Amino acid sequence: MIAMALTPIDLAARFGLIVLTIGMMLSVYRIVRGPERADRIVALDLLSILVTAVIVLYAVYSGQTAFMDVAIAYALVAFLGTVAFARFLERTPSKTRRPIDACDPPKQLHTQEETRD
Amino acid sequence: MHVIRPNSCTHRRKPVIELLAALLIIAGSIFGLIAAIGMIRLPDTLIRMHAATKAGTLGAGLILAGAAFFFAELGLVLRALLTLMFLYLTAPVAAHLIGRAAYRSGIDLFARTCIDHLGEDMRAESEIENNTR
Repeated sequence: MIAMALTPIDLAARFGLIVLTIGMMLSVYRIVRGPERADRIVALDLLSILVTAVIVLYAVYSGQTAFMDVAIAYALVAFLGTVAFARFLERTPSKTRRPIDACDPPKQLHTQEETRD
Repeated sequence: MHVIRPNSCTHRRKPVIELLAALLIIAGSIFGLIAAIGMIRLPDTLIRMHAATKAGTLGAGLILAGAAFFFAELGLVLRALLTLMFLYLTAPVAAHLIGRAAYRSGIDLFARTCIDHLGEDMRAESEIENNTR
């Protein structure tokens, strides 16, 4: 199957493609599962960053240098998509937040304020 | 599977450069995986954004640097640097927008969160508005 000698770059690219695919699967899991819409948008942002990395890795792996241009274009489009989703999230009606438990603030802040007086 | 490389890339690279590119690519992909694991394991949206935006961007940046070392041609290095610059310019902007929108849409904060200055300010602001009315 593998006739040619494996150079370190080939091994690294194969390793990277496998590892990043696992990362993309975990990210998709968060998109499907994520309890809030905000979680899904964050996961989509990470997914687009990982896809950019995969496109660059494929350019290295296959030697097809044209994929570098694809990576630039994809990064541009993914940013626009993320911004559009964030605007959408901000315009839709918000739910009420569960109140947080108040706790003592860090003690160092207090000592600084006291010394200022 | 025989990989055909274009003529411009068939010149012999120095093995050190190739090894450096391989190390950068491996490090970058491991950072990408760490970002994805953080996406699964971390407890709330804003904390998850920490993993997605920092570790993910660093991973993609390392892989782009590895690709730039690997291709070692002016046009391709410039393209890699352009992608890198664009990624590093837009990732913080996107993260800021998502974080702001997520907080304002009323996501639940992590149960152990105890400092929420933005929430205090927003409550004070709305109280002032109510009093002036």
